[in-house]
Amino acid sequence: MLATGALTTAVLAAGAAEPSPLKPHTAEIIVGLVAFVLLFLFLRAKVFPVFEKAYADRAAAIEGGIKRAEEAQAEANAALEQYKAQLAEARAEAARIRDEAREQGKQIVDELTAEARETAARIMARGEEQLAAERQQVVTQLRGEIGRLAVELAERVVGESLADEDRQRRVVDRFLAELEQGEPSGTAS
Amino acid sequence: MSILLAASAEGDGFVSPGPKDFEFPGIFSPDSWFTKPILIVIVAALLVGVLFYLAARRASVVPSKGQFAGESLYGFVRNDIALDAIGHRDGMRFVPYLATLFSFIAVMNIAGIIPLVQFPASSRIAFPLVLAVIAWVIYLYLGIKKHGFVKYFKDMMFPAGIPWPVYILLAPIEFFSTVIVRPLTLTLRLTFNMFAGHLVLLLFVLGGEYLLVDYGGAVGIVAGSVSIFGSIVLTFFEGFVQLLQAYVFTLLTALYIGGALADEH
Repeated sequence: MLATGALTTAVLAAGAAEPSPLKPHTAEIIVGLVAFVLLFLFLRAKVFPVFEKAYADRAAAIEGGIKRAEEAQAEANAALEQYKAQLAEARAEAARIRDEAREQGKQIVDELTAEARETAARIMARGEEQLAAERQQVVTQLRGEIGRLAVELAERVVGESLADEDRQRRVVDRFLAELEQGEPSGTAS
Repeated sequence: MSILLAASAEGDGFVSPGPKDFEFPGIFSPDSWFTKPILIVIVAALLVGVLFYLAARRASVVPSKGQFAGESLYGFVRNDIALDAIGHRDGMRFVPYLATLFSFIAVMNIAGIIPLVQFPASSRIAFPLVLAVIAWVIYLYLGIKKHGFVKYFKDMMFPAGIPWPVYILLAPIEFFSTVIVRPLTLTLRLTFNMFAGHLVLLLFVLGGEYLLVDYGGAVGIVAGSVSIFGSIVLTFFEGFVQLLQAYVFTLLTALYIGGALADEH
């Protein structure tokens, strides 16, 4: 009890003497106000606009980078499409050329075959013609010769005595021998 | 407590810290206005200004470490306080004010755990009072300017959609709350959070010192060690409270501004 009483008295005494923490000091109010206002004006003028600009620049840089990348991507895609289209076109062209060449080759072969056939036919026809002409010639020649020979033979036969069978045979033999010697060209074929 | 009581009862022992520890004589002459809290406030303002200036001096798209730190602090107030509490339409106008407010209060508070400084200037009621009055003037001015004097107070005291008998109670409460209580609570919350935190730290440090040095004995050494160790833990806790209170003060200021600018109360 005694201790508590003493403590209470001491606290009361101290409380009366102690300054109140609720009482603002004029000097502190002035310094606090001036310090805060000056700090605010300085930061607003010199610092925060720089930060805002850095934000804006950074945002712009990032957005610009993304945009550039998108553009490059689009360009690459377009180029790829173009290459694919060109490749397909080239393939189609190659196929077309191949088909054409095949057709052309076939045509050439056909043409050549036809030509060859035609040539062969022509040669054969000419040969036949020639043969026929020669035969005609031979026939004509033979016809003349035979006539002449028949006449000559008849003359001999008439000129000689035709009684003797031997003589007759000799005349014929001689005639044939002469024929063989004298006129070879007429009977060559 | 029993030790403290015993010590006090003995009369020659421990004198517990109290409001007297928040009064400082002038630095150059005992009666001068230039005291330790005033020096701390001036240095705090200079420090905030210089650090921010250095952070912003060579600002570029790719930030340096300093610029990144400054921008992070600024961006925190900008995005998480100003734009959230006031809204995107009006918020940007108040970012410089709120960012200054937050950093200034934070540094004044943190002075309480900086070695050798070790006094939270914001436990002196004058500094929070000035900042609260500035906030009070700003949000009343904005509200009256936006809505007109009559409509501002009418919207504040007679919000729509409430049966009329309620207004008998509501109108004075709303008026009292907005015009008188807000600046008072802003001031007192910050001041006495810092005041109490500093007092508790003083108690643990001075009490520990007394127990170790003057009281002595096994009890004194054990209790004193616990007390000193406790003061270290409490210092970290104080740091947290100091930043939190700077945030709370700034956030409430932003909310009051946002409320004054809102279309409907």
